Amino acid sequence: MPAKHSEDSYCLGIESTADDFGAAVVSFDGRVLSNINDTYMPKEGGIHPREAARHHAEVAEKVLAEAFETAAVKPRHISLVAFSQGPGLGPCLRTGATAARALASYLDVPLVGVNHCVGHIEIGKLATGARDPVTLYVSGGNTIVSAFEAGRYRVFGETLDIAIGNCLDVFARAVGLQQRRGAPFGAVVEELAREGKRFVSLPYTVKGMDLSFSGLLTAAVHAFQSGQYSLEDLCFSLQEVAFSMLTEVTERALAHTEKPEVLLTGGVAANRRLQSMLAVIAEEHDARFCVVPLRLAADNGAMIAWTGILAYRSGVSTPIEKSYVNVKWRLEDVYAPWVEG
Amino acid sequence: MRLGWRDKTVLMKKGAEASLYLEEWHDRKVVMKRRLPKRYRIPELDMMIRSQRTAHEPNIIHRAKEAGVPTPTIFMVDVADANIVMEFVEGKQVKEVLDTVSSEERLRLSRLIGRMIGRLHRHGIIHGDLTTSNMILTPHGRVVFVDFGLSERSEELEPMGVDLHLMKRALHSTHYKHAKECFKAVMEGYAEEVGQEETKKVTTKIREIEKRGRYVAER
Repeated sequence: MPAKHSEDSYCLGIESTADDFGAAVVSFDGRVLSNINDTYMPKEGGIHPREAARHHAEVAEKVLAEAFETAAVKPRHISLVAFSQGPGLGPCLRTGATAARALASYLDVPLVGVNHCVGHIEIGKLATGARDPVTLYVSGGNTIVSAFEAGRYRVFGETLDIAIGNCLDVFARAVGLQQRRGAPFGAVVEELAREGKRFVSLPYTVKGMDLSFSGLLTAAVHAFQSGQYSLEDLCFSLQEVAFSMLTEVTERALAHTEKPEVLLTGGVAANRRLQSMLAVIAEEHDARFCVVPLRLAADNGAMIAWTGILAYRSGVSTPIEKSYVNVKWRLEDVYAPWVEG
Repeated sequence: MRLGWRDKTVLMKKGAEASLYLEEWHDRKVVMKRRLPKRYRIPELDMMIRSQRTAHEPNIIHRAKEAGVPTPTIFMVDVADANIVMEFVEGKQVKEVLDTVSSEERLRLSRLIGRMIGRLHRHGIIHGDLTTSNMILTPHGRVVFVDFGLSERSEELEPMGVDLHLMKRALHSTHYKHAKECFKAVMEGYAEEVGQEETKKVTTKIREIEKRGRYVAER
């Protein structure tokens, strides 16, 4: 049994799944005391795993120091270290894991490897008070509809190819848009979409409960290259098609499970149009609509710290010799004894 | 134009995507399947999706019939209004009878269902929602497959495995007493239709699919 912990116990969470390196200090009673992030910005193209890992290694010390400083918690007051163990990009994950192992053994505290997808769900629940939601988790790397059933977060539907965030990013890059610090590609596309008026027909692909975005992406890029449509109309149409697909599958999961809440989480959760669509189906099924706050939507250390606390309190910890990263770790492979249901 | 709808409309089933109504149409009992507008979609896209699916479903139902799998006769397709009018199949849902009939009849039904699924797959049709409530046993002892709303066309092993996995899951959740023998008979019937070799491949696939949902209990 793990030792008893009070609200004076703190967990350090390290996130390094993809292009973000994050560190956060969270108290065992669920207060996020700090949540520091540094994002790797490629000069061109997408995330190069090795370049991103190099970025993480470079900023790790600074981000960690800032996380402790902002939280006003000394490293020796940390009683648990949690890190993102997968799924994600191998080199990036290993950078975070190395830092976590080093800190855990230096501080002589337990280590917990956290599933990144579970992290997004748990931080959404903590921030919104959702207890047993159907969750739509949408980001650059993942697109999953899930709900808790018999010990695990079951996957009801997911993307068969690329993630929705990836679809929006690649489209934005292909049509020559620029992302800015604080305004990732998704936000840029959303801004333009608000100016769109004319709907351009694009492929809508739902297969049972699963989704596919690659055909939609290709068609949208081709439509742009044809020169027949304005970029605003294309951003608008791309969002409408992609988000309707997501909403349809979420609604089906909601109708099937009859859960009392719908939770929207992950980086793409910041999109207002997607939020408004999900709000409609939640209302129609008498479910409460919950959306993760913006500061906790994208990848962050707080979600890892909080999930680490939940896991540790239910007796889960990760010995160093078993702390190797798992780049393909599926959500439903995680036994989640801390969830009631 | 409403093409002679009567006032006697009974809602049979309200689904997430479509609703079924029992109607009388030219003195005939029919089922009207209506795909209702979704408020979250913009009207252009909503119309597109509803009309595409309204056109797709009768098409697959027709192909299934050509393949030799009993399906309801389609009387009218109104793509613009997203309505399908089809035969009301007299009989009982297999769901209601499977546990109550004699064990010989239960095995006959299961084998027959398996043969029909095999026939669909052999013709590249994935039903997408194989449950015993989507199968009607007629007074003549035939099994009619209804609701192809989630169906798709594919020649690949994966969706076929998923299709059968769903069937198995439906048997285990609704007919747990006889689920094992029933599914075994389903697979026997399936093999009669597609051959032993293909059946072996799909059985391996089903096992693989099942394993995705099962894990080590403790970390």
